[in-house]
Amino acid sequence: MNGLLFFALILATAATAAELPPEARRSGYDFASPETRAMQDDDTANPGILWVAHGETLWAKKAGAAGKSCADCHGDASISMKGVAARYPAFDVTLSHPIDLEQRINQCRSARQQAEPLAWESAELLALTAFVAHQSRGMPIAVEDKPELHSSLASGDELFHRREGQMNLSCGQCHNDNWGKRLAGNVIPQGHPTGYPLYRLEWQSLGSLQRRLRNCMTGVRAEPYEYGAPEAVALELYLMKRAGGMPIETPAVRP
Amino acid sequence: MPRVLLNLPSQAKRGEIIEIKTLIAHPMETGYRLDSNGATIPRDIINRFVCTYNGDEIFRAELFPAIAANPFIAFCTVATESGELVFSWTDDRGQTQSETRQITVE
Repeated sequence: MNGLLFFALILATAATAAELPPEARRSGYDFASPETRAMQDDDTANPGILWVAHGETLWAKKAGAAGKSCADCHGDASISMKGVAARYPAFDVTLSHPIDLEQRINQCRSARQQAEPLAWESAELLALTAFVAHQSRGMPIAVEDKPELHSSLASGDELFHRREGQMNLSCGQCHNDNWGKRLAGNVIPQGHPTGYPLYRLEWQSLGSLQRRLRNCMTGVRAEPYEYGAPEAVALELYLMKRAGGMPIETPAVRP
Repeated sequence: MPRVLLNLPSQAKRGEIIEIKTLIAHPMETGYRLDSNGATIPRDIINRFVCTYNGDEIFRAELFPAIAANPFIAFCTVATESGELVFSWTDDRGQTQSETRQITVE
């Protein structure tokens, strides 16, 4: 019995050996071309700033039956929203499962503003999310260490390492084992969600982390999760935990 | 719809070469794409960008469908005198977005 336990321990260490050591972690920024990096670094050349500016106007705009704006409750976003994006997805007590920043904004809209929730990937939701996340730029990612999050984190971990789709690939096979190599013309990044919502040149638009995840899943010919699905949020949570300590770059620019 | 980011100095020395960076939010719909019913999405791009400095045209660009959404245009000019720079973008729908910035030249 002791032998079995010992064997199981060795297996467990072998399974975690492929994880990225913290000092080897690199943001997608480091894999981008100098031109793309320059675009991200200059706030007058970074197209993501257009969404941030739009979000700033939406922040102060009254909406819904309650006739309240975000600012009426939360005040100055540069104070009240500082660091918020760095700890999302976070556990929601009323729903008793974790929700991401987009879901949090929509929850606030329906509960407090009594307004229609914004559609996933709509210009308004991306703008508000980008504006809120922008307030945490430069701050280290730190998801909360709550026992309530453990089951979701574990399921995110499992989904990250599970092979899926017609290609039979797991996230980890590309982003842990083969990062830095090329997949066709593109460098495989480590998959850290440091700059979402981010401007992807391929999209010619800003997009959420969930959109990116769905993109990757379609790439391995798997069925993508619906927007807001618990699996998608679990994966987001796991990725944020995995990127713990890396600075938020929102709005990032990626190829 | 159109939202603009502009980066240029508000002050410059006479004769100095200044860089002007412009970015405008625009879908730049090519006219070659089809919607879900197979119908062509009509072309809607910014086809013309003009910058004037105290009324004189100092830069003009004609844009074509191969240019990405949210076009970024940067150029340089010589700061000759104090005054007004006017930037205008015109799209296929005939809408023109104009922005004005003041510059002080010493």
